[in-house]
Amino acid sequence: MDVLIQNFAELDWRQPVMWLIGAILIFLAIHKEMEPSLLLPMGFGAILVNIPGADAAMEHGPLATLFNAGIANELFPLLLFIGIGAMIDFGPLLSNPKLMIFGAAAQFGIFFTLCLASVFFPNIKDAASIAIIGAADGPTAIAVANVLNSKYLGAIMVAAYSYMALVPIIQPPVIRLLTTKKERRIRMEYKAANVSKLTRILFPIVTTLIVGMFAPNAVSLVGFLMFGNLLRECGVLDSLSETAQKVLANLITLFLGLTIAYQMQAESFLKVDTLLIMGLGLIAFIVDTAGGVLFAKLLNLFSKKKINPMIGAAGISAFPMSGRIVHKMGLEEDPQNFLLMHSIGVNVSGQVASVIAGGLILNFFL
Amino acid sequence: MQDLQFKPMEFINNLHYMGTGMLGIMIVMGIVICSIVLLNYLTNRPKKNKKDGE
Repeated sequence: MDVLIQNFAELDWRQPVMWLIGAILIFLAIHKEMEPSLLLPMGFGAILVNIPGADAAMEHGPLATLFNAGIANELFPLLLFIGIGAMIDFGPLLSNPKLMIFGAAAQFGIFFTLCLASVFFPNIKDAASIAIIGAADGPTAIAVANVLNSKYLGAIMVAAYSYMALVPIIQPPVIRLLTTKKERRIRMEYKAANVSKLTRILFPIVTTLIVGMFAPNAVSLVGFLMFGNLLRECGVLDSLSETAQKVLANLITLFLGLTIAYQMQAESFLKVDTLLIMGLGLIAFIVDTAGGVLFAKLLNLFSKKKINPMIGAAGISAFPMSGRIVHKMGLEEDPQNFLLMHSIGVNVSGQVASVIAGGLILNFFL
Repeated sequence: MQDLQFKPMEFINNLHYMGTGMLGIMIVMGIVICSIVLLNYLTNRPKKNKKDGE
């Protein structure tokens, strides 16, 4: 009988707390449908690794093996980037390239959080790794924290992916706070310019070259993203493009969520440092959103053709959730206000800008 | 916990990263925008009719 109940004696109070956190993530995934492909595996994984003596959480257990094989060497995030690149249609951006400037503005939260995190974390590389949560881009956050050898990799991954999933909760109040009803109702005409096939093919190659020359440490990130996009646009590899978009992205996402959960073991997760990182990550997302919105408002002061400032918020990356949220908020204010093409254009530019921000951070601290 | 500190002046000391970082992103994105405009211009030019050229 003792054999059956001995595991109960080893139960630490922190482990049931982590079960509860796991249950909340599963609830958000299923009931609220918030990024279920990530939150559900993460939530279940959080329960899995917090069962005392569980083989899954052991040093040579399956989750540790997956972590070493796919996260520690950045392989999973980069493979996922091929899938994301294949999913992204840069058409709205290529037909209105000015939108890219909003993607740049919405990275402000990263650098603000870098300064703020340096107040609490003595190692500037840790502060920089925490700040990159604001890239709202899991692969970039993992890659930067990994290369900078941050000891907070686990908390950073969890914060990055959790907040990406919580974008529908985080962004709308910030946007409402910074804009008036009148501004939210600004209609933006969309004229789809003719983008040639050659431009669509050359764009990923040229962008890789430009970003690579300025931020060589971001070449793997931008390169894998743009390779995926080249598969999509070249027109002769439709089967590979479809595989990257669906099978590859789904497989990696499946393992990514569970593997991230390996870092959610109670003894390393329930610490003041982790809570602080979660708080700083939230600030990064809020300041990113505010940066994009305020930059659009600033441009409105000088431009005749008014921009709906909400589209600035889509520059935080978090593709495609952020773009959809802005579109939905526009429709709530005015059922005839279709912002989707603009917001998605800004959203994909945020994807590129976040990779550049990651590369610049690495340039600073390597 | 012992790894944490509270040094508010660090915020000011590291502000240069904010300036350089945002400037860097704006410059790189500006170059990407210019390259897109150039690509659109070069690849959307109406092709000259051979007969007109002759």
